[in-house]
Amino acid sequence: MYQMLKQIIKTGIRTETPPHADEAMRLLEQRLQQEILAAFGGALSIRQVDAGSCNGCELEIHALNNAYYNIEGLGIKFVASPRHADLLLVTGPVSRHMEVALKRTYDATPEPKLVVAIGDCGCDGGIFSPDGGGENYATCGKVANVIPVDVAVSGCPPTPAAILQGILTAVSAKR
Amino acid sequence: MPIKHPNLKLNRMTDAIPAWVGEIAPDDLHDICQQVREGGGRLVALWGSDARPRGFMLHVVLINETGMVCLNVSLSVDQPAYPDISQIFPAASRMQRAAYDLLGLCAQDAPDQRKWVRHAAWSEGSFPLRKDFDAAASRSNPHLNPLPGGEEANVRSPAESGIQTLDDYPFVQVEGQGVHEIPVGPVHAGIIEPGHFRFSVIGERVLRLEERLGYTHKGIEKRFESMSLQQGATLAGRISGDSAVAYAWAYAMAAESIANVTPPGRALWLRALLLERERVANHLGDLGYLGNDVALAFGFAQFWILKEQVLRNNAALFGHRYLMDRIVPGGVTVNLDADGKRIIEQECDMLEREVNILRGIYEEHAGVQDRFIGTGRIEPKLAAQLGLCGMAGRASAQAWDARVQFATAPYDKLDVRMATYRNGDVAARVIVRFDELFESLRLQREILTNLIYEKESPTLLEKLPANGFGIGMVEGWRGEVLVAIHSDAAGKLTRVHPHDPSWQNWPLLEHAILDNIVPDFPLINKSFNLSYTGQDL
Repeated sequence: MYQMLKQIIKTGIRTETPPHADEAMRLLEQRLQQEILAAFGGALSIRQVDAGSCNGCELEIHALNNAYYNIEGLGIKFVASPRHADLLLVTGPVSRHMEVALKRTYDATPEPKLVVAIGDCGCDGGIFSPDGGGENYATCGKVANVIPVDVAVSGCPPTPAAILQGILTAVSAKR
Repeated sequence: MPIKHPNLKLNRMTDAIPAWVGEIAPDDLHDICQQVREGGGRLVALWGSDARPRGFMLHVVLINETGMVCLNVSLSVDQPAYPDISQIFPAASRMQRAAYDLLGLCAQDAPDQRKWVRHAAWSEGSFPLRKDFDAAASRSNPHLNPLPGGEEANVRSPAESGIQTLDDYPFVQVEGQGVHEIPVGPVHAGIIEPGHFRFSVIGERVLRLEERLGYTHKGIEKRFESMSLQQGATLAGRISGDSAVAYAWAYAMAAESIANVTPPGRALWLRALLLERERVANHLGDLGYLGNDVALAFGFAQFWILKEQVLRNNAALFGHRYLMDRIVPGGVTVNLDADGKRIIEQECDMLEREVNILRGIYEEHAGVQDRFIGTGRIEPKLAAQLGLCGMAGRASAQAWDARVQFATAPYDKLDVRMATYRNGDVAARVIVRFDELFESLRLQREILTNLIYEKESPTLLEKLPANGFGIGMVEGWRGEVLVAIHSDAAGKLTRVHPHDPSWQNWPLLEHAILDNIVPDFPLINKSFNLSYTGQDL
């Protein structure tokens, strides 16, 4: 126990300032009222869905939980079921084998809900889809081909800061 | 590994690893595999290719201490069938099933003939990796067609669109008083890749686990066939994002083998540096999660601070946190100057100091050790029988590390010390990870002393020779990653097969959980941390 406490004190606080919302990431007009957003912004529950990614984006989503980005410190946490979630964080490309599961996850998420697509593949199918955003026999391409997407964050993979920015954009109103 | 068989003529490949290739008839496959197995060899990979009009081909890669043999088995156009080898190498079973789903190559008399990577994206009887595959016509379910435009109005709920059971898969059912099933996935509770686990349990004790994978199948192998050599390198780095370096290197090694070129020494040193950094980052992340999974959030917090520092140094020195696209056929796209060397040296010193402290805390924490020890055990005997490989294999006394057995440059100058342990439980896999992490720090330091900074322009490989075949194999953090490349008459990629060690190790996870309790599954699963995307492709 002494060793642990000593290590915690030595480590100190590493958390950095979170990024600001960026309207350029928004695909759909903000549908939620300011009052709802205020509540969401203070205690947002996220269900992450890997709809067929290479696992690269997941690595950066994990990093959001580290001390530097400290997403829980902002009142945002990842939950185990879509039924507990306000926001779906979806990586792609959406494989055809995950198409139904993604739709069902979306349906299981209570209204009002938000969707943030993560990564180049989530935005346009990325390297796995021929001709940018196109489908192939095994993938449906971008996330927006399967469920409505509010905010899209590009990058391969996007940095944790960019993902956080996308999440914060989804729960912000246009100023 | 020259095998002696009257009908097998082996030719040495121009590979970095000692490798031979030989063509055989299907009738000889069983005997040769049996012979290799009895000699202590094992199966690395199995895949098919469409070489019509000549016929279909089955490719089987076997390995032992002396080298690797690729058996090319020519199959008839009308009835592409071959004798089952899953009775000899159990790991072959899922690979054979995938070879049927993708190419229609049939393993005769195989005990398990269920589909594997195919769910409902294409219909039975059509095979995506055949050259005449028509994606549009193969769509058996009209509602699987992409929704036009992705507008909100077009998104229907499963009930409305008539989607009920798209994927009818015959799981093995366990019956008896008090037995019940827990279906988990494909969408899991954590931030994990998708897959389905079917637990049969009594109370909390697991009687059986059956995995159903293939959810992230995104047509990677087909995609390669329309790509240039360089585009293929980018895709190779995204087969499994946590092993970007290992795949990119294996891909480059296969291409270089076909072209018979050797990258400059500096590029090889840099590749090894990147590979060891990938290993360190992944072990740090998993060691943190292993603490988290036994309710020691302190472990997660501490290890992920260290991992983040490694990733940030990667971004600062090499331009990418996960080192994607840094290795290309012919060389590397990065360089390292004296300042960069100093940063890495300081990072190694810092990690050595901090991880030592954390290891001490893990080892002395009674709660942690209570959960780790004896959990998810794979005995060495079972590991050998079923072919457990890589880091998990070494934790079950399978002393095999491609950096040691086939020390290709620059590992031939590094003298890698292999980490092994006998116990085969979560605790053993944790110990092996710690040992490998420290060894990777030592290797990085040694690489830095050998690395000469030069401002040379990269000499990249432009194009492959015609009708080539090459194999690359690299010991990634999870285990041996293999990439095979076939080029056509115009020197284009006609077939690329990436093989992840997860193919071998997933079936062992089904054994590791037996007689453990359901709540220990996440811990056991994380101790292996197998790739879904790497095997689903």
